[in-house]
Amino acid sequence: MSDYVSELMGVEDASDPTTGDVTIQNYTINFGPQHPAAHGVLRLVMELDGEIIERVDPHVGLLHRGTEKLIEYKTYAQAIPYFDRLDYCSPMCMEHTFVLAIEKLLDIEVPLRAQYLRVFFAELTRISNHMLNLGSHVMDVGAMTPNLWLFEIREDCYNFLERASGARMHHNYMRPGGVHQDVPLKLLTDIADWLDTRLPRLFEDAISLVADNRIFKQRNVDIATVSREDAIAWGFSGPMIRAAGIPWDLRKSQPYDVYDRMEFDIPVGTRGDCYDRFMVRVEEVRQSARIMKQCLRDMPEGPIASTDRKVVPPKRAEMKRSMEALIHHFKLYTEGYHVPAGEVYVATESPKGEFGVFLVSDGSNKPYRCKIRPTAFSHLQAMDFMSKGHMLADTTAILGAMDIVFGECDR
Amino acid sequence: MRAPAPAYAAHLNDATIDAARGALGASLQHAVAEVGEVKLYVDRESIVPALTALRDTPGLEYQQLMEIAGVDYPDRPERFEVVYCLLSLTRNHRLHVHVSTDDVKPVPSVTGIWPVAGWLEREIYDLYGVLFSGNADLRRILTDYGFRGHPLRKDFPMTGFVEMRYSEEEKRVVYQPVQLSQDFRNFDFQSPWEGAEYVLPGDEKGMLPEAKGAPTPLKADQIQKADAATAPVATPKAGSEPYAKTATTDAGQTGAGEPHGGNKAESKPGESDVVPTKGEGQNQ
Repeated sequence: MSDYVSELMGVEDASDPTTGDVTIQNYTINFGPQHPAAHGVLRLVMELDGEIIERVDPHVGLLHRGTEKLIEYKTYAQAIPYFDRLDYCSPMCMEHTFVLAIEKLLDIEVPLRAQYLRVFFAELTRISNHMLNLGSHVMDVGAMTPNLWLFEIREDCYNFLERASGARMHHNYMRPGGVHQDVPLKLLTDIADWLDTRLPRLFEDAISLVADNRIFKQRNVDIATVSREDAIAWGFSGPMIRAAGIPWDLRKSQPYDVYDRMEFDIPVGTRGDCYDRFMVRVEEVRQSARIMKQCLRDMPEGPIASTDRKVVPPKRAEMKRSMEALIHHFKLYTEGYHVPAGEVYVATESPKGEFGVFLVSDGSNKPYRCKIRPTAFSHLQAMDFMSKGHMLADTTAILGAMDIVFGECDR
Repeated sequence: MRAPAPAYAAHLNDATIDAARGALGASLQHAVAEVGEVKLYVDRESIVPALTALRDTPGLEYQQLMEIAGVDYPDRPERFEVVYCLLSLTRNHRLHVHVSTDDVKPVPSVTGIWPVAGWLEREIYDLYGVLFSGNADLRRILTDYGFRGHPLRKDFPMTGFVEMRYSEEEKRVVYQPVQLSQDFRNFDFQSPWEGAEYVLPGDEKGMLPEAKGAPTPLKADQIQKADAATAPVATPKAGSEPYAKTATTDAGQTGAGEPHGGNKAESKPGESDVVPTKGEGQNQ
């Protein structure tokens, strides 16, 4: 007993090791690849000093499926579904980028209704993506209820997306020149109702449980702060760069489709910590709902795809009567359209940040090279400096606030 | 630009090229603006000072390195091209910087300028086998531990060389040569007469494709310029809005509006094969 007291009083300490004490070495552990808080297959090799993180070496690529190689062997239309499978939490936004890149090379016009529909569903996808991320972030730091509530919203989003495209997750809805199908009016009115009633109620309920919660703040405030300079040097984008205090949003600064007609605000963080990233996403959900309401208000009637029959296939009814339409359909679904030679880098604001496609065409019907710029690659790379000096348990908070999906990171 | 692609400050393209010529000097081989995007071709050896200049020179200010892409052109003497995609937050402008190399000549690493380049260079090393001198951590990143070969090279087959399965006999994962239960099918849908390399007299009349998406020997940039020349001057707000306005002043379409000028030579298309666009692209 007296030994114990003297140790507590600091009479004997580690700086003066006596017999029986050992020199403590740093400890290396594997976080993942199968860890529920790693949001997929991420292996973090961590060097720990006690519970303090000294070094993190993320090993990615466990979900590498060779998407870029596969796309080089597919026609442009066949390549679109691969984009759904990149970031499977926000499939529409992935398609959106690829479709815009093809359109830029083709220099093709898109009807206004199609542009509105694309923006509308991209924002719905953003809400659905943030529901998953906010919920799982909250759950990673120990709260259960908000996640379940937010999943209910996500389920609603998937139901709407299914009604528009026919598929819950892998929509394959956007096409160069427009979108695949028009949406029924009932779907739009249902979404309008949902935006007015169910979404705000469920969402604000769930967020009110965590936003001012003491435990949630203890786990997130001042964890992994990133300065503006670091955010720029490490190639951050999306909520990560906005949380660092830079009001940079591609929807605002480099508007595509009809984003230049939309009124919305860009939330910006002040400290650049995990809590800021969380709150930036929370506000983005509200802004997305605002954009969707404007889309519903302003969306005109009209065709939903270009009438250019060398790119957009004809309607089924037209094919029953017109020989030309039949030939167009056959050629588009076998050979596909030819994209004139050129190189473009098109980047859009996906829910996770700047998602880009560097598309090289050689004038044939298949992409010569389609380099995909994932958002997660640069964010995850910063994991090492962001988690240095933090506790092991903070890793989940840092990862959760990064919003990483491995379908996109590993491609 | 008629496509609704992200609209950054493309009017800065020419000024950017001039500024880059001044800042980069002799290391800049060639600069061009195509399809609305600025491309700079830079000497491999001087890529680090060139990108530093692009980042630090006032008036260029490309603060962020968003992406490094590799491209493989097996026919070229230096078969690989490494493309750095830069973004300026202050000027709201993008450009790419191209560098060519082959599988033995290393490209100087830019990790000293942007730490984010570390993984991006690792990825190109992994997928193409391009070496980066000065990258302290040039390991494979996307492929499997112990993978051999560089899968995005054009001469690497899409099916790969080895496949992996769980062996019930050995109770572990084993690697074995790829066995395809049917031959790899690579469909070639191109019509045989589209691949013709020769040009007959008079072919130049048909050079402009009759419609978007049709095969054409023209580059995307030339088509875009031709479109811009034929397009009406007033650009709609959202990049394209064919349904917002109907041209009621055009007497040829409505029968109303301004009086017709008569059948004059200049109102006819110059080339008999080239049909001018009516309206704003509805009748492509």
